[in-house]
Amino acid sequence: MTTIHPLEINFQDKIDQEAKIEPKDWMPDAYRKTNLRQISQHAHSEVVGMLPEGNWITRAPSLKRKAILIAKVQDEAGHGLYLYCAAETLGQSREQMIDDLHSGKAKYSSIFNYPTLTWADMGAIGWLVDGAAILNQVMLCRTSYGPYARAMVRICKEESFHQRQGFETLLVLSKGTEEQKAMCQDAINRWWWPSLMMFGPKDSESTNSDQSMKWKIKRKSNDELRQNFVDMIAEQIKLLGMTLPDSHLKWNEQRGSYDFGEINWDEFWNVVKGNGPCNKERIDARRKAHEEGAWVREAALAYADKKNKIKTVSAA
Amino acid sequence: MNFQFIKKMYYGDIPDEPGNGAAYQTKPDTAAWPLWEVFIRSKRGLDHKHAGSLKAADATMAIENARDVYTRRQEGVSIWVVESKYIHASNPDEAESFFDPAEDKVYRHPSFYELPDEVKHM
Amino acid sequence: MQHINFILSLADSNLILSQRNAEWCGHGPVLEQDIAITNITLDLLGQARNFYQYAARLINETGNMPGHIATEDSLAYRRTEREFKNILLCELPKGDWAQTVLRQYFYSAFCKGLYFQLLQSQDQSLAAIAEKSLKEVNYHVRWSGEWVIRLGDGTAESKQRIKQALQFLWPYTGEMFMPADFENNNGIDLASIKKQWLLDVQTILEEATLQMPAEHIFMQSGGKSGTHTEHMGYILAEMQYLQRMYPDANW
Repeated sequence: MTTIHPLEINFQDKIDQEAKIEPKDWMPDAYRKTNLRQISQHAHSEVVGMLPEGNWITRAPSLKRKAILIAKVQDEAGHGLYLYCAAETLGQSREQMIDDLHSGKAKYSSIFNYPTLTWADMGAIGWLVDGAAILNQVMLCRTSYGPYARAMVRICKEESFHQRQGFETLLVLSKGTEEQKAMCQDAINRWWWPSLMMFGPKDSESTNSDQSMKWKIKRKSNDELRQNFVDMIAEQIKLLGMTLPDSHLKWNEQRGSYDFGEINWDEFWNVVKGNGPCNKERIDARRKAHEEGAWVREAALAYADKKNKIKTVSAA
Repeated sequence: MNFQFIKKMYYGDIPDEPGNGAAYQTKPDTAAWPLWEVFIRSKRGLDHKHAGSLKAADATMAIENARDVYTRRQEGVSIWVVESKYIHASNPDEAESFFDPAEDKVYRHPSFYELPDEVKHM
Repeated sequence: MQHINFILSLADSNLILSQRNAEWCGHGPVLEQDIAITNITLDLLGQARNFYQYAARLINETGNMPGHIATEDSLAYRRTEREFKNILLCELPKGDWAQTVLRQYFYSAFCKGLYFQLLQSQDQSLAAIAEKSLKEVNYHVRWSGEWVIRLGDGTAESKQRIKQALQFLWPYTGEMFMPADFENNNGIDLASIKKQWLLDVQTILEEATLQMPAEHIFMQSGGKSGTHTEHMGYILAEMQYLQRMYPDANW
């Protein structure tokens, strides 16, 4: 029989009482590792997520749309930054995390391994991908690790415009020319299933005990969140006059929810393993930016050192 | 200790499957900028409040980065930055001896004193 | 018409530089600076939009094109290479970080002088746009100037790179001060802007431990009159493609 250390009992007490865990508090190693892993993955997702949308900045079809898209992608950089800082409080440097991303050791959300092929994808990403993300992020505002929760509060505040602008982009297309309508439906068709995959494997796939829930890192299961998402989107799409590409989608009176079809799990696991359409491009782009930025970071540091030395000498 | 039990994955927690050909060589980053803590006064009359952290090579850059990162939506009218390594913190292990003794000093709070209603505004 | 062309040239320079700087978004040397350069991108785009919207208003008031209503988007998306009036400096590739920050400094230091004079413009609307833009430009000057100094006085590599950028960009700086047709008699004293600009540049370069290039070398020009570099066609092809491909669509 394993004995539970008093520190761990004390730790669990705090969590049960909804007290946040702060960086200098004692915490079980597994709690630290789980948080570190999850927060850094989340940070990587924000930063890699800039690429598929950034792809359309120079081609945005109006100056207003261009400004909105730039602001949105910039927000994602900010979110990545907040999250890297939150993860750093757990004792790993941002440089190490970035290195893990670039070496292929660390993962990011698979959704960003799908290509953005038309302008309508900007709308579909905002509405579906950000919509899925927000469900999770709202929940994470109450996560037990203080720095993560605070980063999420800030992110949620900024994020609420993302989903709205995505839906509005599609709304304009859905009322536009025949070509625009087709573009809109096509983007929804391509992004629907990958969005559902964002919630991760089915709850039944996992036989392991559920420490993340007990530690209140997570508060809702994958299937719960996925169902919330389907129920929300299935209603909103009516306003667009478009359809979701799922013949099994049907309102279930008894459950008070929508039934929906089976996700292609083979595709899910393949994209996770690195076989998605853009896995290589995304990582290559991040590595290139980081490597080509090395001399810039070095120069700024060298200059700061020189100035500091001058200051120290004159103060002496 | 094994961590098998947290293998269950939630959204945002992506399985650590070994990726295909994902064994790139990376160079260690030798030019990491130091970390800074950012404090923002959201409007005149209020205290500066901790907003978050960021990286910068020097103080000038830290203030500018704070402006770009933390005040894009008019969240501030003034910025303080301090390099994180200069922050000294109380030790959470000593929290009990630090903060609990204040618990029974109820006489420090105005509500401890009952006055007749006739005494208004004191 | 000359006045409208002048406003369009301001709009075009800001838009094209914004388009170039936007290429950094998601690819910056460090997240913090990715966000910083993108803020400048957004400022430039905002300024471009203000100038375009105002130009569109003036064009519509002249009533020269019946049945055709000018908008910020018709001006940005439906004019050709030969009609764009931006200076060449703005359309050059973003290059490395040294080229980007040095170009930004050259351009912003120029805009600072120009907008300052525009504050006195007879045209109240133009003066108002200049006033709003000036606040942003002052920050751009500061940010880019600091980067020029950092790179010049940083490492051997950064110094080499900023020197290269200086050599490459310098011949494109002269155009800013060569008056185009639409800049004659519009109350803007380009010569005095140039004088101050040279002093500012000299101060920054000195602090960056860099040599001031010779002032009187052959300067490239033509942007203001629509004779651009070969880069321009590609910029517009990319930027305008959706509007050109679906001319009847609203976005």
